[in-house]
Amino acid sequence: MRILIKNGHIIDPSQGIDAIGDILIEDEKIKEINIQSKEQRAKSKKDSPPTHPSPSRGEGKGEGESLLSESRIIDAKGLYVLPGLIDMHVHFREPGFEYKETIKTGTMAAVKGGFTTVCCMPNTYPVNDNASVTEFIIRKAAQEGYCTVLPIGAITKGQKGKELAEIGTMINEGCIAFSDDGHPVMNSLIMRRALEYSKTFDVPVISHCEDLTLSEGGVMNEGLMSVTLGLGGIPPEAEQIMVFRDILLAELTGGRLHIAHVSTEGSVNLIRYAKKRGVNVTAETCPHYFSITEDAVKGFDSNAKVNPPLRTERDIKAIKEGLRDGTIDVIATDHAPHHRDEKLREFDMAPFGISGLETALSLSLRLVEEGILTMNQLVEKMVLSPSRILRLNKGTFKVGANADIAIVDINKEYRVESERFVSKGKNTPFEGWVLKGMCFLTICKGKVYEW
Amino acid sequence: MPKELMNKKDIDRALMRMSHEIIEKNKGIEKLCLVGIQRGGVHLAKRLASKIQQIEKKEISVGSLDIAFYRDDLNIRKVQPVVRRTEVLFEVTDLKIILVDDVLFTGRSIRAALDALIDLGRPASIQLAVLIDRGHRELPIKADYVGKNIPTALSETVEVQLVEEGLEDRVILEKVSSEE
Amino acid sequence: MLTNKDLLGIKELSVEEINLILDTSAGFKDVLGRDIKKVPTLRGKTTVNLFFEPSTRTRTSFELAAKRLSTDVINFSVPTSSVVKGESLIDTALTVQALGADFIIIRHSSSGVPHLLAKKLRVSVINAGDGTNEHPTQALLDAFTIREKKGKIEGLEIAIVGDIAHSRVAKSNIYSLKKLGARLRLIGPPTLIPKEMEVMGIDIFHNMEDGLRDVDVLMMLRIQMERQGKGFFPSTEEYSRNWGLTLERLSLAKDEVIVMHPGPMNRGIEITSEIADGPRSVILEQVTNGLAVRMAVMYLLAGVKR
Repeated sequence: MRILIKNGHIIDPSQGIDAIGDILIEDEKIKEINIQSKEQRAKSKKDSPPTHPSPSRGEGKGEGESLLSESRIIDAKGLYVLPGLIDMHVHFREPGFEYKETIKTGTMAAVKGGFTTVCCMPNTYPVNDNASVTEFIIRKAAQEGYCTVLPIGAITKGQKGKELAEIGTMINEGCIAFSDDGHPVMNSLIMRRALEYSKTFDVPVISHCEDLTLSEGGVMNEGLMSVTLGLGGIPPEAEQIMVFRDILLAELTGGRLHIAHVSTEGSVNLIRYAKKRGVNVTAETCPHYFSITEDAVKGFDSNAKVNPPLRTERDIKAIKEGLRDGTIDVIATDHAPHHRDEKLREFDMAPFGISGLETALSLSLRLVEEGILTMNQLVEKMVLSPSRILRLNKGTFKVGANADIAIVDINKEYRVESERFVSKGKNTPFEGWVLKGMCFLTICKGKVYEW
Repeated sequence: MPKELMNKKDIDRALMRMSHEIIEKNKGIEKLCLVGIQRGGVHLAKRLASKIQQIEKKEISVGSLDIAFYRDDLNIRKVQPVVRRTEVLFEVTDLKIILVDDVLFTGRSIRAALDALIDLGRPASIQLAVLIDRGHRELPIKADYVGKNIPTALSETVEVQLVEEGLEDRVILEKVSSEE
Repeated sequence: MLTNKDLLGIKELSVEEINLILDTSAGFKDVLGRDIKKVPTLRGKTTVNLFFEPSTRTRTSFELAAKRLSTDVINFSVPTSSVVKGESLIDTALTVQALGADFIIIRHSSSGVPHLLAKKLRVSVINAGDGTNEHPTQALLDAFTIREKKGKIEGLEIAIVGDIAHSRVAKSNIYSLKKLGARLRLIGPPTLIPKEMEVMGIDIFHNMEDGLRDVDVLMMLRIQMERQGKGFFPSTEEYSRNWGLTLERLSLAKDEVIVMHPGPMNRGIEITSEIADGPRSVILEQVTNGLAVRMAVMYLLAGVKR
């Protein structure tokens, strides 16, 4: 397999590359990378206007073309060439909830969204709290996954928050981090032990910060809107209390803490304070927390029901600032697909979650358009930081690295239509939104996927 | 351009004549009462009552009837009829009721009014007084007392404007450009 | 004319629509004063009462209203229904629609259920109470009662007393009375009054005596016994001592004050029997007015073109 990607705007923060150039791929690895000089760029400008990567054969509809023995030239003029995105927070529902999503459909959605590596949370059925479930996931992913899938193991057995799971054994089998996501570890002693124990293996403990006693009965952000709609509220303090607790425990133990799905101004402030003090903490947020407020719940749309809940303009502002100043290291999706029937019911009873893989990049590109992040910084949030935190050694175009590539047209406008999602989960509050910027072509595991 | 068919004086004379006819036909106003159909009929009923009182030097009861609930055309109408008050503060059973309306056209309003009245009780008899009869009956309904007969085309409308509604007393005929 | 085929809440109604409903209710109240309390106006239509929460007074009121309009009425209560067999909410509603319902009157413990049904169904959906969101016909009949007794609503000092946080009746009343220009006060313990309501321009009192001064209308809410164990207030005795309506407290209001209660009452807890049965109480009239208002709502919704 030989692929030459020409004239694209290459962004590779790991090598400080932010320039027009060419990349040559051979046998699924980066063979060569060549930055064009000013003269070369001037010449190519005189040629035809930017087009989308022209397929060398037919129209690809998401099926990979394995070009083992052939060559192909992709003209990426006017497009960005990024290392394949890394999503360190998805829910793939397999084993146990295949009607919501499978590893196959989930990775297809990932690849469509420009992601070449995803990390799946353990709240499956059975819970991924032992080696055999980890092994199952890895095997399934190898057989059917369109991209690399790295499992995150449960911190406690059954995610019940009472006994530590066999972290070492799971790491042996392939887990790269630990989380009880979906649930907090309410017991502070257990969380302390988890952080301490994790130091043996140098893996991050990813914390879902929620004080269940404060969030009980809540289905949306607590405030005037929840009062007006007659829906139970989850106060921001439910998140902030646990963020602070976890930060103090991280400081106490020296373990590596990663805060999942940050949604409030208060949490951003606490993490900033912690980092100043030198605590070993990293944090992620999700596109919905910087794009949409609790207003989306008006009319009782359960597609806007997510945990942590959508908050206020103030929180959005703080999260953007947190991204800008580095307090928040990562943008992850918390992709949480559900079956349509499950969301089409009483708001109280509908499950929490947004199917986010296919809208994440477009929503995150708005940050670049708004001047909050540069393109470089965006790639850091969605590629380099997750790679670093999880010690993956991915997300780079260094010669010899795996060819995981996403080619992105930041100007292409499209309308979000959930019915056309490849994920089984059509649950999105962004239905009908006109977004700008999408991934056109993804190269992963030796295959090329394009739309 | 609306055409004026009756002016203030014409209306007044017609009502005066109708008052005398009512008294004559009923041989006095014993057990007689007037019920006006909302809205145009209510004002006319009150005027008739006042004239009858002048002539007979005796009081006569007046009530108002809303027929919105009894209409047969609720599904077809573009605009839902506004519901107004029904004030019939006397027992209708065994009374002779004079129903009063401004314009008699298809007769359907009168049919609805008959149903409404009968739900109120069992009158001894019901008679009908209208200011204008414009023809085109769709039901076998006939007025006992008519102010003026005006032959019209279906493409025309007849409107009775009254001082009680804030307008000048007059009856106008107008061509309508589109079908209702 | 109403603009929506459904009545989901006061939030969704304009002032004009509220006034239209109140004016139309007056016409229907006349009908209720007659010997023959029935009108043929909605003959041939079908009303289905879909009550997922137990209720006698509201359901009976809607049933009577529907019958007085000459519709055919079917009652669908959950314990005996297919919902127990696991049928989903949407399936139940679609089945009812397929049976030929024109009106579905729904009461459910989850806020937003009528809104979900209204989106999915062709029929008119009437909210008879959803979770802690709204109970619009109650607020409408309360407004009708106030207007009848006081001649107007604008500028009146109206106090609502009790568990406002969990009361859909209170919420709907707050929205409607605000829209109609009344000056509102909420009285009760801090645990039962959401602090966010201050933002809505409403005065909040935790002291009953302060809150009742010179009030024109007093709306008492039922204190729900279920709230007792959850830390909202220590006991009904203590609640009653601080926020129960006694004759002494009532005397602080204006002389012509009217006392309202959506029912059912906890006599001796939030209100004494003397007041409930006394000259200032309009509680029973609220019930009669409820019938007229519900008839008016159904009549007006039937006239909305789809």
